[in-house]
Amino acid sequence: MSAIIEVSGVSKSFGGVKANADISMTVAEGGITGLIGPNGSGKTTLFNSIVGYHPIDAGSIRFRSQEISRMLVPEIARLGLLRTFQQTRIYGAMNCVENMLISIPHRKLSLMDAFGRNTAEDHERALHMLEFVGLYEKRFLQSGSLSFGQQKLLEFAMALMNEPTVLLLDEPTAGINPTLINGLIDRLQRANSEFGITLFIIEHNMRVIMNMADKIYCLAHGQMLAEGRPDEIQDDQRVIDAYLGAH
Amino acid sequence: MSAKKLVLYGTLLALTIAAPFLFPNFKTQLATLWLMIIVALSWDMTGGQMGYNSLGNIFFYGTGMYVAAVVTIGIVYDVGEYTQASGGGIYVWTWGQYFAGMALGTLAAGLFCALCAFLIGWITFGLRGPYFAIGTLGVAIAAGELVSNWEWVGGGQGISMPNYPGDFDQFKLVIYYLYAVLGVILFMFVAWLYQTRFGAAINAIRDDEGKAEAMGIHTLRYKLITWAMSAFFVGAAGAISAFQLIHFEPLETAYQTINLGIFMVVCVLLGGKGTLWGPVVGAVMFQVFKEATWNYFLGWQWVALGALIVVVVVFFQDGFMGWLRYKRPEWFGIRVESKDAATEGAS
Ligand SMILES: Nc1ncnc2c1ncn2[C@@H]1O[C@H](COP(=O)(O)OP(=O)(O)OP(=O)(O)O)[C@@H](O)[C@H]1O
Ligand SMILES: [Mg+2]
Repeated sequence: MSAIIEVSGVSKSFGGVKANADISMTVAEGGITGLIGPNGSGKTTLFNSIVGYHPIDAGSIRFRSQEISRMLVPEIARLGLLRTFQQTRIYGAMNCVENMLISIPHRKLSLMDAFGRNTAEDHERALHMLEFVGLYEKRFLQSGSLSFGQQKLLEFAMALMNEPTVLLLDEPTAGINPTLINGLIDRLQRANSEFGITLFIIEHNMRVIMNMADKIYCLAHGQMLAEGRPDEIQDDQRVIDAYLGAH
Repeated sequence: MSAKKLVLYGTLLALTIAAPFLFPNFKTQLATLWLMIIVALSWDMTGGQMGYNSLGNIFFYGTGMYVAAVVTIGIVYDVGEYTQASGGGIYVWTWGQYFAGMALGTLAAGLFCALCAFLIGWITFGLRGPYFAIGTLGVAIAAGELVSNWEWVGGGQGISMPNYPGDFDQFKLVIYYLYAVLGVILFMFVAWLYQTRFGAAINAIRDDEGKAEAMGIHTLRYKLITWAMSAFFVGAAGAISAFQLIHFEPLETAYQTINLGIFMVVCVLLGGKGTLWGPVVGAVMFQVFKEATWNYFLGWQWVALGALIVVVVVFFQDGFMGWLRYKRPEWFGIRVESKDAATEGAS
């Protein structure tokens, strides 16, 4: 599998805090890549660097061989590189269906299309995706009144509605009821296999990420601590130490 | 459209057409009502629907007035000489020249203001929240000062439009219908616009612009287009005002930041931000209130108006339509039950 995202030598500091130091990694096209690490290790910072939320201090980020480290958020999103937020961002005043319809891929719309109405197909896809994440029953509820976990699911459905090439998910299972987590793993895998979306996932739940990812990177203190297949990472003493705080 | 709606819209349209004959003594007030509806509806396009509260839309009103004046005068006479004479010379307009000026002037005003919105927006849309409001206000204030020092268009003295070639009562009627037609077109336009994907996208910008950007929505492009469309209608309304007022000054009339510039915002707040009918209802409420206080509480009218603004801002932030939505959610298609309506699914 070829690399669709190539990060090389990326550094990012906030004042004195070195959130990312000389990070290099790749995301394989069509696969599921995991990113783990203790709280504050710089995972979200790396996501933000990739999708253009802040300028990086050094290094290069390439998407399909194109340098994107100087591009702006909407430009990168329009390449089909999408992210969800750790804190979850949905349009709280609108109902679920409206949230879905806003998420149609605007990058594929001409201005003429934008001045048209949503098609019957858009509506159908919106409902299908809501069904896919298990929110069909709640489709006419104001999305701001959903629980945090449901909002996470809605944001995931919105991302799928956008037909991304690569989807960066920041802790998709955080706040999801443990009994629903297996269902979510299944959906993430289907998004990958059925819709062909490359996934890059930050996750604290080891069981989840070990189950899904083809390859896992582990950050600690802003540095790349380890990388490898799930079974390699699982047995890596450095990773175990990092999580147990023996560092 | 349902039969109920059809009856409602039909009645309102009939009323619009008949109003100057039903209330022949109130033609000017009715015309002003339509002006308020137009500026309120246009303000709400950015303020209510897109979340960008401009305090500078009066810029487009004033600029529309001047563009209309320059075009109307310019197609017949030399503008510099005309303003130099400031009413002293003999300048006459034929019917044809007058209406040609009106048509071209109004169109040019709208287009020029749309272009201005594009350029100003390019700079000011980097600003958020109160900074955008103040930034746009600054543009309007600066423009008023600049124009009042520009002798070619009459400077601080202002500029005079040609007199209507027919009789005065007919003139009032013409002005009323011009506003009304523009207002009806604008209402139909936004009613359509808010149903499109574009409309949904500007709502997304209002609710969470960062999220909209992250989803790849062309935020800057959509913001510029929205403001340009809004500016077009304000500019065209300004052009009609120029013909209506005949003589106008830059600071007191054209770029009147504290009167009309604020009134349009008050109308929207009264009626309800971000709703289709809010600005219309608000403009009616405002106009009735204003006429009443100006007639019956003369001397206290500004106090009454100030009090009204305070009451609305403190107690009715969502305006009339917001209150109605709270009282009658079912009228707005809000369903609290979630398990109904398998049939309504693909509405
Ligand atoms: N915008 C910012 N300004 C200042 N410091 C920041 C900013 N963003 C992140 N940091 C700092 O960078 C470090 C890494 O933060 P980051 O959010 O990337 O961690 P994380 O690995 O995602 O943690 P978590 O698992 O808790 O989400 C932290 O010390 C954090 O305080
Ligand atoms: Mg994080």
